[in-house]
Amino acid sequence: MPDPQAVNSAENLPLIHLKSVSHTFNTATGPLPVLESLNLSVAQDKFTAVVGPSGCGKSTLTRLIAGLMKPDEGEVWLHGERVVSPRATVGMAFQNPVLLEWRSILKNVMLPLEIVQSRMPNREKEERARFLLSLVGLDGFEDKRPSELSGGMRQRASLCRALVHKPDVLILDEPFGALDAFTREDLWQTMHSLREQEPFTALLITHDLRESIFLADEVVVLSGRPAYAQHLLTVDMPEKRTLDDLYTAKATDMLATLRQQIQVAQKREGSPIVDSTSAGSAA
Amino acid sequence: MNLRRVLTPIAAIVIFLVLWELLVWVKQWPNYKMASPSDIWPAFWKFKALFFEYGWQTLWRTIAGLALSILVGTLLGLLMGMSKNIRDALYPLLVGFNAIPKATVVPIIALMFVGQHDMNTILMAFMISFFPIAVSVSIGLSTLEPEYRDILRSLGASRFTIFRKIALPKTLPEFFGALKVAVTLAFIGTNLVEIIEPHGRGLGHLFDSAKISSDYPLMFAVLIALAFMGILLYYVVVVLEQIFAGWAERAPT
Repeated sequence: MPDPQAVNSAENLPLIHLKSVSHTFNTATGPLPVLESLNLSVAQDKFTAVVGPSGCGKSTLTRLIAGLMKPDEGEVWLHGERVVSPRATVGMAFQNPVLLEWRSILKNVMLPLEIVQSRMPNREKEERARFLLSLVGLDGFEDKRPSELSGGMRQRASLCRALVHKPDVLILDEPFGALDAFTREDLWQTMHSLREQEPFTALLITHDLRESIFLADEVVVLSGRPAYAQHLLTVDMPEKRTLDDLYTAKATDMLATLRQQIQVAQKREGSPIVDSTSAGSAA
Repeated sequence: MNLRRVLTPIAAIVIFLVLWELLVWVKQWPNYKMASPSDIWPAFWKFKALFFEYGWQTLWRTIAGLALSILVGTLLGLLMGMSKNIRDALYPLLVGFNAIPKATVVPIIALMFVGQHDMNTILMAFMISFFPIAVSVSIGLSTLEPEYRDILRSLGASRFTIFRKIALPKTLPEFFGALKVAVTLAFIGTNLVEIIEPHGRGLGHLFDSAKISSDYPLMFAVLIALAFMGILLYYVVVVLEQIFAGWAERAPT
């Protein structure tokens, strides 16, 4: 994948880089290790999807990258800087769109700018928000309240909010998980057109294998708990994708590989075989 | 639509008054047993100057007590909403305090602050009405979904910013719900002091005078006046709620 921007970036360092990260939660029933020697990197402007069995620590991963949590062991790096606290250069979207009910859609999208770019004139904040809303097809809904919108539209607004401050990294924690199949496919295409307009680096957590290969450049399969990067799949699809690309022999092969890896991951018990991890050197 | 919203409660009040009048008339009750609306109006008219003077005294003390309730109740709610330890520590104390019949506290306050009638009255209005505000604010804050916080925290927002932009507005509907309860409670507080510890002021004093002079219609008139002021203040809260938390009201489907 010859990507001029990736080559030009500082010494070709990956934008997101996790070095043998381990984390254990203390629960009422005793310590629960969720991540174990996890290595992961995402190059500039690349889109990486993370799939894995339920409860394998995928959401913990997003919180670590966002700086909302610190790992027990290992290091998280963003843009060549070690992450020790939240950074304004991250955008997040969750399965629950968490829009603020008392704000209009436009004001919801403007929210991150109020924190990160508090000095930006209000008119510019508004222009930026309106631009993104029109990109996702929400023009005309700027003054509506979130409760007046459908689930898919709310999720579109949530994506705009995640991107409004031009973050380096977009962290998506199953943002399309609660939507119906057709709305989901619509939003996949919206993601592609957003990326085309404004390239960003993204990490997507998902349970949907088709979604992972349709949206991502690389798919990382996490093992069962405690999770490490069990398999790395480079998506072999044209840059410009249509839903038809999901119904080709190539796509079927990739899905079969991922399915197999997930099955292995689900059976996993005990300690990981660390040297089988190739994700760390992928970029 | 809007006209209907005004007329419906008025019609309900008129029907209530008519039924009351009928009940007294059918049973042929003397007015010392139960005064009828038609007895009450003349009683009010006779003392209307006093009603306005005393009514205003009761009203401003109630509002002052409420203001204190909002201040202290919100503050307590904040502390309890943000820290589970503080919540665990304060709940039994607050519930215990709230369970004490406030009528029994009146003589204690009267002895503690002898002659400070205004303060005693305001203090009682406050003591009786801050509890629902504290509880609702604390519940509103402690039930905030973590993702709301994460959205702003991941941008490096301070705790105070998160509170101002998200937690506070999100708690407003609960706050106003509690304030509607607190309004009526505060009136009970003011009148407890005005009746039990008479000091020649307020509608409670007028009630006490009517009782001493066996003017039963006047006693009833005072009660109606109190009810009227309670309704008035309640609607003030409703208007404020629509201004500040109108977003919480969904269009009927």
